[in-house]
Amino acid sequence: MKTNLFPAIKLTSITLVFFAGVYTIIIWGIAQLAPNHGNGEVVMQNGKKYYANVGQTFTEDKYFNSRPSAVDYNAAGSGGSNKAPSNPEYLATVQARIDTFLVHNPEVKKQDIPVELITASGSGLDPDISPNAALVQLKRVSKNRNISNEKLQKLIEENTEAPLLGLLGPAKVNVLKLNMALDGLKN
Amino acid sequence: MNTELFGIIAMFTLTIAFAIPFGKYIAKVYAGEKTSFDPVFNPIEKLFFKISGIDVKAEMNWKQHMFSLITINMVWFVLGMFVLMNQGWLPLNPDGNPGQTADLAFNTSISFVVNCNLQHYSGESGLSYLSQLFLMFLHFVTAGTGMAAAAVLFMALRERTTDKLGNFYHFLVKSCLRILLPLAIIVAIILAFNGTPMTFEGKDMIVNMQGDTVQVSRGPVAAFVAIKHLGTNGGGFYGANSAHPLENPNYLTNTVEMIAQLIIPFAMIFAFGFFLKRRKMSWMIFGVMTIGFLLLTVPTIIWENGGNHAITAMGIDNSAGAMEGKEVRFGTTASAFWSIATTVISTGSVNSMHDSYTPLSGMTQLLAMMTNAFYGGVGVGMLNFFVFIILAVFISGLMVGRTPELMGKKIEAREMKIAMIVALLHPFLILVGTALAAAFPTITSATLANPGFHGFTEMLYEYTSSSANNGSGFEGLGDNNPWWNITTGFVLILSRYIPIIGPIAIAGLLANKKFIPESAGTLKTDSSTFGIMVLAVIVIITALSFFPALTLGPIAEYFTLR
Repeated sequence: MKTNLFPAIKLTSITLVFFAGVYTIIIWGIAQLAPNHGNGEVVMQNGKKYYANVGQTFTEDKYFNSRPSAVDYNAAGSGGSNKAPSNPEYLATVQARIDTFLVHNPEVKKQDIPVELITASGSGLDPDISPNAALVQLKRVSKNRNISNEKLQKLIEENTEAPLLGLLGPAKVNVLKLNMALDGLKN
Repeated sequence: MNTELFGIIAMFTLTIAFAIPFGKYIAKVYAGEKTSFDPVFNPIEKLFFKISGIDVKAEMNWKQHMFSLITINMVWFVLGMFVLMNQGWLPLNPDGNPGQTADLAFNTSISFVVNCNLQHYSGESGLSYLSQLFLMFLHFVTAGTGMAAAAVLFMALRERTTDKLGNFYHFLVKSCLRILLPLAIIVAIILAFNGTPMTFEGKDMIVNMQGDTVQVSRGPVAAFVAIKHLGTNGGGFYGANSAHPLENPNYLTNTVEMIAQLIIPFAMIFAFGFFLKRRKMSWMIFGVMTIGFLLLTVPTIIWENGGNHAITAMGIDNSAGAMEGKEVRFGTTASAFWSIATTVISTGSVNSMHDSYTPLSGMTQLLAMMTNAFYGGVGVGMLNFFVFIILAVFISGLMVGRTPELMGKKIEAREMKIAMIVALLHPFLILVGTALAAAFPTITSATLANPGFHGFTEMLYEYTSSSANNGSGFEGLGDNNPWWNITTGFVLILSRYIPIIGPIAIAGLLANKKFIPESAGTLKTDSSTFGIMVLAVIVIITALSFFPALTLGPIAEYFTLR
């Protein structure tokens, strides 16, 4: 035991300093060269600061709405609903979300509601929706803001991020950036 | 849809392309051959061993290796308990998070020391930055522990007749410093430049566009997430793990994190071939593992793209698939792919919430951990698979009526007993654990997030994840209480050390035996026929052990949804 214990303690000490300390400082130092100096991607509008990658609650009719969230988009925490696909209580919640959506968007047919708008994300902070999920809300926003459909359609297209290299992964729309652009239209 | 499919094909092929040369590098490192990174690492390594007073030239036999391994792991456990319980007053705690309770610290400390990373807390509120950095240290050294054990196996299989198998501390430091660190730096930089935070400032407060005040948790995330994947640890910085948009901001980081977690398990297989000069054998192993992996992955992707039938019945556009618990930027395909990759290797990081997967996908995730033989965690994946090779050699030997041999060494009763104990320990821990939890509904039923069959699956998943050294969870389970903290803690200890000691003991015993040159009558262990034999052994053991439990959980839930 003694032959192993002291070397183990000493090796632990030096590797602890190296892997928890030196490695962290190297990465921290390099991150200072990154945009926003390692603070995450920050965007500003009207003197207000937002995190571009952290989703926000958008429930008002004048904005493109974000997905439901199990943590109400408060990034002090994170997490999904963890509801089972068979959970009756959960299925009732989903049905209620569909009904609410139809009330707010009377011109939309039920079969056109994309599934992500009625299901919660894994992190509860999902910043994105699919281009379809933005388009399906177009008429509501257009009516609410008195902006033409064509103008909004163009705005959605401008804010649609193509797959990585045009080839890999899904296309998506960052809801925060889209709504910032929407508020920017007025000015 | 097609771009989603291209995405995962790119992840998989890129990993293989990187893993082959990297496997060659790993083999060189363990063999002590020169590499181009020596000028950087040699002085650091020398300093480590000078300070700790270790003579790396002193070779160990397999028992000495195991004593060194257990001792240093115990040091880490004790230190972990101290840091986690006292983080409230220790430095680097800008959010003022309190110290962990004794049972939670016990579970967390064990879980990270054994490379499992079951997390019964959420990082945002459950850990100080000091604790996060300590866990990051464990990410390195516990991955290194598994890899060092694999290196001992490599040595034992290469040597003709000896009991000298290199120095444990040397393998440990080589693994952390020369294999994990360079990759960790690359991955961490990519993450930091894509919007993952790397700061020591505490939570930020912002007013969102609709006027609500919310907080944003930050921290030294990039450094942490890089090694969490490379070491197949999987314990996330935040509660939502790699589903969190700051841990995994976009599809590029998702691809990088996926390659990072697959690369060393892949590379270790190739390293095995380079080290032993048995490259055909490593392709046989890789082939069997890949078949197993695809058999689990392809149906999972199809089921997730098919969506939840109960939601389809509501008449909406369900073409995006089962999106509950998944992120739009990854989509169902990359999420389903990740969910199987993370469960066959023992990462256990998630980019979507497994609890909300459709029932049969939950079953494939469980099966990935129950077989515990396809790729596997860094180092230990090879050890697990070695046990199945021994079993297959023995059964094949019986079938053709010869003394079973592996690489010129006879497999006898003692080795077989050890292999059987290791192979049966896994189902024993999972099934007994789940049965106990089900036998005390007064304690456990209140911790379940979902009713019916799915609730049973949550318990089954928790013990499977613990025993498979995985660490992912059906996170609806309310697991931060003495029952789950303590029972899974003991499962974690047994399921880590016995499957390391067992194969090393077998290898050590084999190394000591007389070498018998191959002849026409020798069973070819690198042929595809033998590969099919190994796969059959794996499938039969898994099916016989776990089918009844799966029937009570995911299969029953599937039939309620149809």
